[in-house]
Amino acid sequence: MSSYYESEDLKKFGEISRHGKALADDFFRYYGHVTNVDGALTKREKALIALAVSHAQKCPYCIDAYTTQCLETGASPEQMMEAVHVAAAMLAGITLVHSVQMQNRLDRLVL
Amino acid sequence: MKSVLQLKVAPAPSKYDFEARLRGGGVDVSPQAVDTLQVNITKLCNQVCRHCHVDASPSRTEMLSSEGMEKCLEILQRHPRIANLDITGGAPELHPAFDSFVERAVALGRHVMVRHNLTVQLDGHPGTGESKEYLPEFFARNRVEVISSLPYYQQYFTDAQRGSGVFQKSIEALRRLNAQGYGAEGSGLVLDLVYNPVGPYLPAAQAALEPDYKRELKAKFGLVFNRLYTITNMPINRFRLHLDKTGQYEAYMDKLLAAFNPAAAAGVMCRSLISVGHDGRIYDCDFNQMLELRARSAAGKPLSIFDFHFDEVLKRRIRFGDHCLGCTAGAGSSCGGAVA
Repeated sequence: MSSYYESEDLKKFGEISRHGKALADDFFRYYGHVTNVDGALTKREKALIALAVSHAQKCPYCIDAYTTQCLETGASPEQMMEAVHVAAAMLAGITLVHSVQMQNRLDRLVL
Repeated sequence: MKSVLQLKVAPAPSKYDFEARLRGGGVDVSPQAVDTLQVNITKLCNQVCRHCHVDASPSRTEMLSSEGMEKCLEILQRHPRIANLDITGGAPELHPAFDSFVERAVALGRHVMVRHNLTVQLDGHPGTGESKEYLPEFFARNRVEVISSLPYYQQYFTDAQRGSGVFQKSIEALRRLNAQGYGAEGSGLVLDLVYNPVGPYLPAAQAALEPDYKRELKAKFGLVFNRLYTITNMPINRFRLHLDKTGQYEAYMDKLLAAFNPAAAAGVMCRSLISVGHDGRIYDCDFNQMLELRARSAAGKPLSIFDFHFDEVLKRRIRFGDHCLGCTAGAGSSCGGAVA
């Protein structure tokens, strides 16, 4: 069965420049500077953040790419799993904090 | 009778043509020195690691003959420029003449390194059961530099690559080396660890990973060591089989090719080392040895320790293959870790 997400398509990321090279070049330069160098955060810390975001955004390409990047920067499986838990906890918290809105509305509606 | 037209078709150039890559990068990889004689004295090993480029195991029988050992020692004696003897295997300690080989090389004033897999201390000889628990004291007495694989500072990756139970045994073996003073500041007894990835990906930066290893091994097990070497897995033999079986060969080679680093190429170990096989044949490195890519003199003569001429070896043309991309990817890789 075909799928909208093909792992081979990850290699085609560069092809986003096909109909907009200048913007793609700007993006890839920025992307490389942010994710692929040690800065105030190490490359490993950035890879773990990116792994968490990949899960929160449910991006299979990014999960593949940043699982590898985490390993290539020396992260342990425990660190990687903990990063995913941070994403999961944030998503749970974001969902739950919206219940304040629900309760506000409830307070307005209930006599 | 029908005649058969035989067409000679030239093989298509490999997409991973290493020499083309060198030419493209303007890198000259010719021998600069022969300061290390690396000798693979046996393929016998107590372990069966999943990535092993030697295909070493308890069932291997290849051993360097006593004549071969004599020749190696004679070469060291005649050529003081070869400052280091790097003994590898298999588990080299399983060779019956290992101890005397070390002692005689030390007596010649050579710096002796042993690629020690740690577990052989506890496992002993897989065939005879002979104990190898004396090794830490033996290494210390001879002031051997011990270089040991530990793919990670945790059990999960280590056992996945080197076999179930290897991590715990390695930790115990490291304790015994530490007890002899190995890795302790000021002892002069050098203990280096080797990290290599547990799959088809590049190693982490050596300088970033070494502090992690030191911190974790000290905190969890009270262990110390000197340097961490990060080494890339070579796409040959057992690791190549794994890549082929899992359909990852091309992706791994693409990764190595994309990460080609001319600075790493300039520092590859074959420029200063030669590798000797159990049959006395000379190779540019241990990987070429396993691929039987024998070193040749400039005149094309296959090189051997039994007909050794220093200048002939120094002036040889290093032989390359697709696998060489493993030594030049990213920060590079050698038996002494990253090179760039």
